[in-house]
Amino acid sequence: MIAKEAVEQAAYEIMFKAGIDIPDDYLAGIKKMASAEDGDLSAFVLEAMLENYEAAKEDRRPMCADTGVPRYYVKAGNEAKLEGGFIALEEALRSATARATHDIPLRPNRVHPLWRTDHNNNVGINAPEIEYSFEPDADWVDITTVHKGGLFGTDYRMLFPGDGIDGIKRFFLDGMIAFGKRGLACQPAIVGVGLGGSKDTCMVLGKQAACLRTVGDRNPDPKIAELELELQELGNSIGMGAMGFVGKSMVVDCHIEVGYTHTGGMPMSLHAFCLSSRRATVRLHADGRAEFRTDPNWFTPYMRRETVSWEMPASAKRSA
Amino acid sequence: MGNARERKTVRLKTPVTDADLATLELGDVVYLDGLIYTAREGVYKKVLENGEAPPAPFAEIGNVNFHCSPAAAQQEDGSLKVSAVTATASFRFSKWMKDWFAASGAKLIVGKGGMSEEDYRTLFVPAGAVYLTTVGYGTGALLGRGIKNVRAAHWLDELGIAQAMWVLEVEKFGPLLVESDLAGNSLFERNNREINAGIEKLYEGLKKPSLQRYGETDDREQELI
Repeated sequence: MIAKEAVEQAAYEIMFKAGIDIPDDYLAGIKKMASAEDGDLSAFVLEAMLENYEAAKEDRRPMCADTGVPRYYVKAGNEAKLEGGFIALEEALRSATARATHDIPLRPNRVHPLWRTDHNNNVGINAPEIEYSFEPDADWVDITTVHKGGLFGTDYRMLFPGDGIDGIKRFFLDGMIAFGKRGLACQPAIVGVGLGGSKDTCMVLGKQAACLRTVGDRNPDPKIAELELELQELGNSIGMGAMGFVGKSMVVDCHIEVGYTHTGGMPMSLHAFCLSSRRATVRLHADGRAEFRTDPNWFTPYMRRETVSWEMPASAKRSA
Repeated sequence: MGNARERKTVRLKTPVTDADLATLELGDVVYLDGLIYTAREGVYKKVLENGEAPPAPFAEIGNVNFHCSPAAAQQEDGSLKVSAVTATASFRFSKWMKDWFAASGAKLIVGKGGMSEEDYRTLFVPAGAVYLTTVGYGTGALLGRGIKNVRAAHWLDELGIAQAMWVLEVEKFGPLLVESDLAGNSLFERNNREINAGIEKLYEGLKKPSLQRYGETDDREQELI
């Protein structure tokens, strides 16, 4: 049984880790980009960023003051037992958010869209968001949080099957160029692409691709993996680097996630994570252990399962 | 690591003087010492639209306006803790700047992304003001380190943490980059002109989309702001 108190404490701790400590895979990615960058302003920005990660770690203060809008990804093992069930889990995540907002402190970014009321704790209607997935044969619960900042660096377009890979590349370029200028998308960043699904799942998949995969991780479909690398290269060939200055540090990595979609369309979403890519994961084991990791391990084979085993009726087979 | 050329680095004491500003060239690195204050939508509206008196005389709090909302919290003893600060996008404040310069005498605007060259020419040049951009924009920890003390947070109850007018005592606050000079040139626009020259080439060989939507553009040189 996983205690409610353990959930709250672990969620509180990952809020600190995500806000303050740069994940190793992302740090290595930025260092690689900094060493290859020949645009002098862009290289200056990357060096300042590397210094900033050190300052955050030393002082235990957030890497960036836009600590985003808190959100949790919960992956529950099918055999996991939670004290108080999912209602208690959600209560724990909401109070961990408020406590962490005050104690770190995070910026209280969450306001009502119309009345702009602000509880100064990042908790409100539908906030923080909690997304769920499941894992077979497991008795643990994984909780991941991301502090993805700001307003720029996300877009959606309904493409059509005839647009094909060209359409994907075109929209990718459109987005990167528009958002990259003046560094408004805070590049270089991990760029997530959602392909397919309905409009809402397309957005969800693209954001998960940006926030929940690690640098260097490839989609298991070799053709999609190839497209990921192609888009990364395309992004880095625009001539724009960190903060939109002349350079080539635009995309640290590109991740694509797909979902089956409507036969007439090919929706695509584009999500740039921040230059301070901020994520942290904790796995809560049944025996009470809290295991902290930087890899959310979100896209398991179960998440990407292809179809269902089903015996087609004999009549349908004949007409096929 | 890196190929960053050595950049001219300047330390400015606030309030800044006209002579200080005259030495700044596009791309210089600036660090600030002294007092700076934050003012954004909430403060601009109160002072410029509602005609309320500024909560502190500008002669006391200086002439450096930071477009910012800090990651901050009120402590149990009533004191205020700022851990990290980064700027908010400045282009949306253009409409207030002319009046703000007149009302406040601000000479340095520090923020994110800058404004357009046209804004610098029409709003900043007549006021003798210069724009500095924060770096990254995620250097929140480095900038936070430069804040030695929170002198005051005016209108905190009315405007909340994000919109309040924070008066901050800073030391080696930076790095910041000179984005506009006294002549109204923009570092970002200078870079954009160079980048734009290569953009058409990127699209070569990619077929047109099946559907072009209202509001979409073929001019890839267009800027978001």
